[in-house]
Amino acid sequence: LKAVILIGGPQKGTRFRPLSFEVPKPLFPVAGVPMVQHHIEACAKVPGMKEILLMGFYQPHEALGRFLVSAQQEFKIPIRYLQEYAALGTGGGIYHFRDQILSGGAEAFFVLNADVCSEFPLQEMLEFRQRHGDAHGFVILGTTANRTQALNYGCIVANADTQEVQHYVEKPSTFVSEIINCGIYLFTPAIFQHIGEVFQRNQRELVLEESSNGWQRAEVIRLEQDVFTALAGSGKLYVYKTDGFWSQIKSAGSAIYASRLYLNQYSKSHPERLAQNKPGGPVIRGNVYIHPTASIDSTAVLGPNVSIGEGVTVGAGVRVRESIVLHGASLHDHTCVLNTIVGWDSTIGRWARVEGTPSDPNPNDPYAKIDSETLFRDGRLTPSITILGCSVTIPAEVVILNSIVLPHKELSRSYKNQIIL
Amino acid sequence: QLGIRISLSHEKEPLGTAGPLALARDLLAEGGEPFFVLNSDVICEFPFAALAHFHRQHGGEGSLVVTRVEEPAKYGVVVSEADTGRICRFVEKPRVFVSNKINAGLYIFSPGILQRIQLRPTSIEKEIFPAMAQEGQLYAMELQGFWMDIGQPKDFLTGMCMYLQALRAQHPEKLHSGPGVVGNVLVDPSAKIGANCVIGPNVTIGAGVVVEDGVRIKRCTVLKGARIRSHSWLESCIVGWSCSVGQWVRMENVTVLGEDVIVNDELYLNGANVLPHKSIAESVPEPRIIM
Repeated sequence: LKAVILIGGPQKGTRFRPLSFEVPKPLFPVAGVPMVQHHIEACAKVPGMKEILLMGFYQPHEALGRFLVSAQQEFKIPIRYLQEYAALGTGGGIYHFRDQILSGGAEAFFVLNADVCSEFPLQEMLEFRQRHGDAHGFVILGTTANRTQALNYGCIVANADTQEVQHYVEKPSTFVSEIINCGIYLFTPAIFQHIGEVFQRNQRELVLEESSNGWQRAEVIRLEQDVFTALAGSGKLYVYKTDGFWSQIKSAGSAIYASRLYLNQYSKSHPERLAQNKPGGPVIRGNVYIHPTASIDSTAVLGPNVSIGEGVTVGAGVRVRESIVLHGASLHDHTCVLNTIVGWDSTIGRWARVEGTPSDPNPNDPYAKIDSETLFRDGRLTPSITILGCSVTIPAEVVILNSIVLPHKELSRSYKNQIIL
Repeated sequence: QLGIRISLSHEKEPLGTAGPLALARDLLAEGGEPFFVLNSDVICEFPFAALAHFHRQHGGEGSLVVTRVEEPAKYGVVVSEADTGRICRFVEKPRVFVSNKINAGLYIFSPGILQRIQLRPTSIEKEIFPAMAQEGQLYAMELQGFWMDIGQPKDFLTGMCMYLQALRAQHPEKLHSGPGVVGNVLVDPSAKIGANCVIGPNVTIGAGVVVEDGVRIKRCTVLKGARIRSHSWLESCIVGWSCSVGQWVRMENVTVLGEDVIVNDELYLNGANVLPHKSIAESVPEPRIIM
C-alpha cells in the first residue's frame, strides 16, 4: 500500500500569496504543523502503508528537504519527493512516475491533494472497497455540499445502493449533484491503463493540431476532467461518502478555517498539542496551539482558534483570536489581533489593532463550505482575512483592517481594505 | 458654593435668542444695571471685567464680543470701526471677504434694550442688532485668547483642547501629572487610573471614572461614572456618563457614546454616534449613528 500526495508547484496556489512567497504552500503551518504533515500522519497510520511519495513541480527546496528528513524520522516510513519536470496535471504526474509508485508490488495506492484539510478516513475507504466487491475498483472520497456551492467542485452522481459513480462533472454551471469530490482517491494499478488511454488520445489529437508545445500538452492529464468523467458509468469507479470534516485550502482565510478544524480534532488525536490554562500562564480560550519555544506574557488572552509559531513573543495584555502567528513574530503590549495571519518575523507595535474579516461557511448550514471569494467585488477589495507578509512592521496605535501587506513593508499609519505593496 | 443668587427663567415655548430676555424682564431690569448675556455652547476665556469696562466707556446700549476666525464665511461677520469699535453692520455668511471677526455669543446690555424686545420668538442677531447698529448703539470688543463654538462633538473636542492649553498657561497646578501622563490632562480626584496606562495629551476624566490597566486615551472627554476596561485604545472620543467600554476596544474619529452605553470587548468603533442606553455588540468600521 502506498500514498501519493500531490503538492503542486510555484505556479499553482497563487491565491495563497503573499504567504506562498516565503514557503511552498504545502509546508504552510496549519494548526501548528505543515499542511501536508496532516496527510502524512494519516497515511502513516494505515496498516500496510509502505511508502509515501510527495509529487510536485517545485525545484529542490531547502525547507522541503528538511521537512522530508524530519518527517521520515518522526513517522518511521520512507518518504520521497518526486519532482515533475513540468506541471503535468493531477493525472500526468502519477502516470509519469507509475513505475515508482508500483515498485515493490503495490496492490493499491492513495492519491491525496495537499491543499485539502480532512479527517482522512483512509482505512474506511479500504474497507468500503472490500465490501463493495470489485477488487479492481477505484474509490473517490466524497462529501456533501449545498446546492449552490457544489457547482465549485467536482460533482458525483452515484447509485444509491452500490455507490457506483454514474456521472462525474468538474465544476458544472448547472446543478448536478450535491456530492462533491474531496480530492482523495484510492486506486489500483489498473488506473494507469485508463490514464494511458487518455495520454494516447491526447497524442493523436496533437499530431492533428500541430501545436508548438505539443510534447508538454500530451502529458498534461487531469484526473478529474479526463479520467473520472470517462470512467463514470463504467462500473469501475465508486464513491465513499464521508460526514467527517473537510475543506479546501485555497486562500489564506481557508487556512484559518482549516486550523480550526484540525485544532478541534486535536482534542481526540493530539491533546498534547493543545495549550492548557496554567497558573502563571496566559489565559487560553478554546483550542490554541503554542509552539514550545514561544514566549507568552501571563496577561495575554489567546483563542479560540489560535496557532502560535516557533520563537514568537506575545507581550502583556495582548488579545489574539482566530489567527495564525508565524514563527519569529512579535506582538507588543496591548495589541489586538483578530482574523489575521501574522507573517514570519513581523512586528506589531503597542496598542495596534490588526483585524480581518472571516470568510467562514454559514454555521447554520451543515454542508456549507468555505467560499473562495474573488479578491475584488464591484471595484472594491472584498473584506477578508488580514495578511501580514514576512518581516512586516506595524507601528504602535494604528488599525490595520481587512488588508494585505506584502513582505518587508514598514507601515507608518493605519490602513483599511487595501493591498499594500 | 459660589455665594451668589441663581434664578431660573423657563420658556414654555422656544423664544429664540432675544425673546427669553423679554420673558425675564423683571429679573434683568431689577437694579437698573447693565447685564451680561452668554450663549451656553461657547467656550472661551470669559473677559467679564474688560467687557464691563468697555461698555461703560462707550456708553452705548450694547456691547458684543467678537473673535477672529480663519473661515469667517461659515458664520455671520461683524463690520466695525477700527478705533471706536462701533458696529456698522452685520453680514451673514459673506461670499467675498468682508471681515474676519465674528459674533462670539457673549454680550453686555444696558437695561434699555428690553424696550426693543417683545415677548415672542425673536432672533437677537437678525431683528435686534441690525437696528441697534443703525442707531450707532452697538459696539464690538475683540476677544483675547481662545474661542470655540462647542455645539458639535468634533468642535467640542477642539474646544476642550484649547481650554486645557489655556489652563496650562494660567493654572498648571490643576492639571494631572505622573507616570503615563502626557501633555494636558485633567483628572477628577475621585477617578481611578490603572497600571501601565498612557493618558493624554488633551484628556479630561470625570468623577468616579475607572480606567483599567493598559489603556491608552488621547484627545477625549470621559464623563462621570464611566468605566474603560483594560487594554483599550481611545482617540478623539466623548464617553458618556456611566458608560462601560469593554476590553481591547478601539474607538476613534469622534466616536460619541451617550449615557449608559455598553461597548462589548474587542470591538472597533470609528466615528460611531451611539444614543443612550444602547448595547454595542458589533464593530462600526465606518462613521454612522446607532439608534
